[in-house]
Amino acid sequence: MSKIPLQFRHNGRDVAIFVDGGTNLLVALRELIGDMTPKFGCGQGGCGTCSVLVDGELHLSCLTLAETVAGRTIETLDGMKQGPNLHPLQRAFADNFAAQCGYCTPGMLMAAKALLDRNPSPSRDEVVEAISGNICRCTGYEPIINAILAAAGGRVSA
Amino acid sequence: MLELRKDIFADERDDNLKEIGKGTQRQDMLGHVTGTSSYFGDHKLQGMLHLKVVRSTQAHARIRRIDTAEAERSAGVRRIIRGTDVPVNLNTLLSLINFGKDDEPSLAVDKVRYKGEPILAIVADSEREAFEAIAKVRVDYEPLPAVFDVEDALKPGAPVVNETYPKNAFIYHDVYDHQRLRFGDADAALAGADHVLEQRYQMSPIEHAPTETNGAISAPDTNGRYVVYTSTQALFFSVDTCAKILDVPSNTFHFIGGTVGGGFGGKVDTLTEPLAILGAMLTGRPVRYVFGREEEMQYGPPRGAERIYIKDGVMRDGRIVARKIRAFFDSGAYTRLSSYAAVKCAAHLPGPYTVPNVYGDVYCVFTNRTPATAMRGFGVTAMDFAIECQMDKLANLVGMDPMEFRILNAYRDGDMKAHRREAKNTALIECVQVAAEKAKWPIRDEFRRASSRKDGGGSRAAIPPTPTDSSRARPTTPSQQRTSYDRLPPTVTREPPRDPPPPAPPPPSPRPAAPSHGATRFSSVFGTRRR
Amino acid sequence: MAVTVKTFTSASEAAGALSSDRSARYLGGGTLVMRALNEGDVSISTVVRTQDQALSRIDASGPRITLGAGVTFARVLAERDLAFLHAPARSIGGPAVRNMGTIGGNLFAQNPYGDFTVALLALDATVTVAGGFGARDVPIEEFLQGRERQTGTLVLSVSCTRPANSEAFRYRKIARIKPKGGSVITLAAHLPLSGGRIAGARVALGSMAPTQIRARAAERALEGRAPDAATIAAAASAVTEGTSPSDNALGSAWYRREIVGVHLRRLLSGQE
Repeated sequence: MSKIPLQFRHNGRDVAIFVDGGTNLLVALRELIGDMTPKFGCGQGGCGTCSVLVDGELHLSCLTLAETVAGRTIETLDGMKQGPNLHPLQRAFADNFAAQCGYCTPGMLMAAKALLDRNPSPSRDEVVEAISGNICRCTGYEPIINAILAAAGGRVSA
Repeated sequence: MLELRKDIFADERDDNLKEIGKGTQRQDMLGHVTGTSSYFGDHKLQGMLHLKVVRSTQAHARIRRIDTAEAERSAGVRRIIRGTDVPVNLNTLLSLINFGKDDEPSLAVDKVRYKGEPILAIVADSEREAFEAIAKVRVDYEPLPAVFDVEDALKPGAPVVNETYPKNAFIYHDVYDHQRLRFGDADAALAGADHVLEQRYQMSPIEHAPTETNGAISAPDTNGRYVVYTSTQALFFSVDTCAKILDVPSNTFHFIGGTVGGGFGGKVDTLTEPLAILGAMLTGRPVRYVFGREEEMQYGPPRGAERIYIKDGVMRDGRIVARKIRAFFDSGAYTRLSSYAAVKCAAHLPGPYTVPNVYGDVYCVFTNRTPATAMRGFGVTAMDFAIECQMDKLANLVGMDPMEFRILNAYRDGDMKAHRREAKNTALIECVQVAAEKAKWPIRDEFRRASSRKDGGGSRAAIPPTPTDSSRARPTTPSQQRTSYDRLPPTVTREPPRDPPPPAPPPPSPRPAAPSHGATRFSSVFGTRRR
Repeated sequence: MAVTVKTFTSASEAAGALSSDRSARYLGGGTLVMRALNEGDVSISTVVRTQDQALSRIDASGPRITLGAGVTFARVLAERDLAFLHAPARSIGGPAVRNMGTIGGNLFAQNPYGDFTVALLALDATVTVAGGFGARDVPIEEFLQGRERQTGTLVLSVSCTRPANSEAFRYRKIARIKPKGGSVITLAAHLPLSGGRIAGARVALGSMAPTQIRARAAERALEGRAPDAATIAAAASAVTEGTSPSDNALGSAWYRREIVGVHLRRLLSGQE
C-alpha cells in the first residue's frame, strides 16, 4: 500500500503528511496532524460538525478527499483564538450560552466565521442561512444565531 | 426570555435566590468554544485497530451457518469475534438492580431477532479493511415469521420473539405480564357517565440522533487493566455492565467519559464498550468501535413506539369520573429499559388530574423491531400526548373551554392520586392560568381564582372501594349511548358549569390508616417490599 | 486494500480510466463518492479525478448557457447571468455543500437529492459526456433513464437554453426543514408562452420516481392552452400519472401523490 505525500497550510503553519488513498481531510486532520477540533458526526454531509475553511471557503472535511487540498490553506477551530484571547465569535458563543454538549460547536464556529469574513454585518436571515448546514441537537439554534449576531454587531469584546 | 413568577407560591420558599434567575457560565464552555473539550473519539492511540460488526439482514431468522473463511483471510483482519467468544453472552441492562431476566446477547448465536442485530465483530487495521472483510462474511439464515405490531405480538400463536419471554411480554415480579393500576370502580363509573369517549393513540419510535454517534475506544493498560474512552451517558452503569459481560471484576476497567456529544437517553445501552474491550483483550491492541451515521440512525436504540387506548367517562358539567387506559410499549426484540418505562407510565396515570375511578393496564411487549431505550421522559411522554389530546376532545364533547376544563379536573393539594399517594405541591392549575395569560386566552374569573391549594383533599382524599379483577363481573352493556367524538355534532352549547369547580364526587370510604412505617418500602421498580 | 486515487490532467484521460475499471468512480465535489466511502461502500476501489479546467467553465453570456460538470452550486449562485438557476442552486444543502457539490454530480444523486437536475430536466438540458472519440451529447431525459448504467461515464458539461423570462421557468422544492433539507418532492416547470398560449410545456418532478421524471400528462394538459386557473387545475389533477414515488423517512408514497398536485397548482398560479 503506497502512501501519498501531502502538503498544505494548516492554521498558518505548513504541514506535510502521508495519507492512504481515499483518506478524507477529517481523518487526515485528526489522526495524522492531531487537530481534534473538527468532529465526525455523519460522514455524509448532513451535520456540518466537520466544517473547516479551505482557502477561506466553508467545506465539509469528511467529504473532502485529503489530497485535493494540496497547497491550499486550511483553517479549523484550533486556529481561531487570537493569541491568548478568544476570537469575538468564541467569546459571543460563550456569553450567549450557544453551546451545550459542544459537539456541533467547532462546525458552527467555522460556518459563522465563513459568514462574517465575507459579510461583517449579516441579517438574521443570512445567519440562519449560513448555519443551515450545521445541525445542533441540544442547545437550540436561537442562542447560536444570537451569538453570531452579537459578534457581528461588535457587542462582544475580544 | 426567562421570567420568574415569584408571586406564585411566594410563601413556600425563601425568596433570597442566589443562582436561579441569574446567568452562570458552564464550566465546560471554554473547552467547547475552543474545541479542546475531549470526547471519546478524540483519543488517538498508537497501533489502534478498528472494530465493525456484521449485522443481521433479517428481522427474525435462525442462523444456520456463519462462514468467515474468506473474511479471515481478508487483508488487515486481526480477529473475528463470535458470540461464543463473549464470556457472558446474555445480559439485560437492569440486571444490575435485579430487575428482569438476561435476554440479549452481545453477538447473536443461534437466532437474530431484529434487522441489524450484531452477529460478528471484525477487528482490522483500518475501517476500510473491516468493511471489506464484512463484505466477505456469509451468513446462512432460515427466515422465521416476524411480528412488528404490539397487539399482534400478544395474540395467541404469535411468533415468539425472545424465548426468555415466550408470551412476548415482560414479566413483572415473576408473575404479571403487565403493570396494573386499579383505583375505584371504573366500569361502574363509565356506566353512569353522561358521555364515554374511547380513542386510540399511537407514537412511532423516535431516534435521538446525537451529533456524536455511539462509540468507545479501549486499550490495554498496565497490570491487566483496560482504559476505556466512551460516549456513555451512564458511566458507572456501563462499567458494571462490561464487567458482567466480560466476566471480570469491575476494577479491571478505567472508564473515561463524561463529555458526551449529545445523548438524550440513546447512550445508556452500553452497546460499543463490551466489544471494544473484548477486541482489546483478544488482540492486545487498542480497539475503536464507533457507530457510523446509518448504524446510529437504523440500529441505535430509539425511544420506543407506544399504542394507547383511553376510555373516559365525563359528566355534562365537565367532571371526569372514570379513566380506563390500556397501553402497549414496543420494547423491540429485547428489554433494555422498556420494562422500566412501563412502570413509570403506570405510576403516571391518570395524568395530573383527579379522577375518582382509574383503571390501567400497561404492557411491555417484544416485537422484531430495534430494541428501544430511554429518551427524555420515556414512559410518560407518549402517554401525556395521548392524555392531553383526550382532554381537548373531552372539553369539546362537554362544550367547555379546554383550559377551564383542565383547571376543573386538575389535581390539588391533598387529593388522593390513583396510586394511593397524596398529591403534594401540585401546580397544574397555576401553570394553566399562566399559560392562558401568556397566550391571551380568556378564562373566566372563577377559574382564574382557582388554586392548587384550595378545594383539594377532604372527600377527594379518600381511597374508593376497589373491586379486585377476579371479583369483577363482566361489565354489562353501558346504559348510555357511547359517544363518538368524531361524529359529534358541534351543537353543544357553551354552557358554563355551575359555580366554582366542584370537587370530584366523594367516594364513601374513609381514609385508610397511615401506612405503617419501617416494615415496607416502596420502589417504583420493585413495588412494595419488606425492609 | 486501500482506495487508489488516480488524478489526470485532462478529462479525456480521466474518462478512459473510468470506463476501463468497473470499481472506479469519478470524484467531483465529493458529496456522493466520499460519502459512499465513509459508509463503507467497498464496491469503490478506484477514485478518478481530473484537474481539467474545462470542467469548471461557465458560459452564461448568450441565449444558450453551458455549465462545466465541475461547476459548484456556489458558483452558479455567484453568477448574475444565471439568475434563473439560483432557486434550484440555493435549495441544495447548506453553504458547505453548495461550495462542494457540482452540477455533474447532481445528475447522479439519488432521492431525496438531485434537485438541480429536476430544473435541468424541465429546461430540456443536454448532457455532454466523454465518449470513445471525443464528446457526445445526450438529451437529459435519456441520460437519466439510463443513469444506472452511467457510473463509468464522465459528464463534461450541461447546457440548456435560457428561459425567455422569469415567469416562464418556475421551481419549488418541498422540504420538511427550512432552509435546508432533503426533498419530499421537487417541481420545476418550463412554460414558454406563444401568443398567450403555452407552447413546449415541460414539467419535471423529483422524488416521484426512482429518477427525476417528466410529468407528461400534466404537460399535455398545459400544452396549447392559456395558463388560466382551469388549465392549471387540469395539470394539477393529471400530475401523478406515470409517477411511482416511494416511501422514505421524509414522506410516504401516498403523501407524495397527495401533495404533488397541490404544489404544482401553487407553483403555476404563483402562490407561496
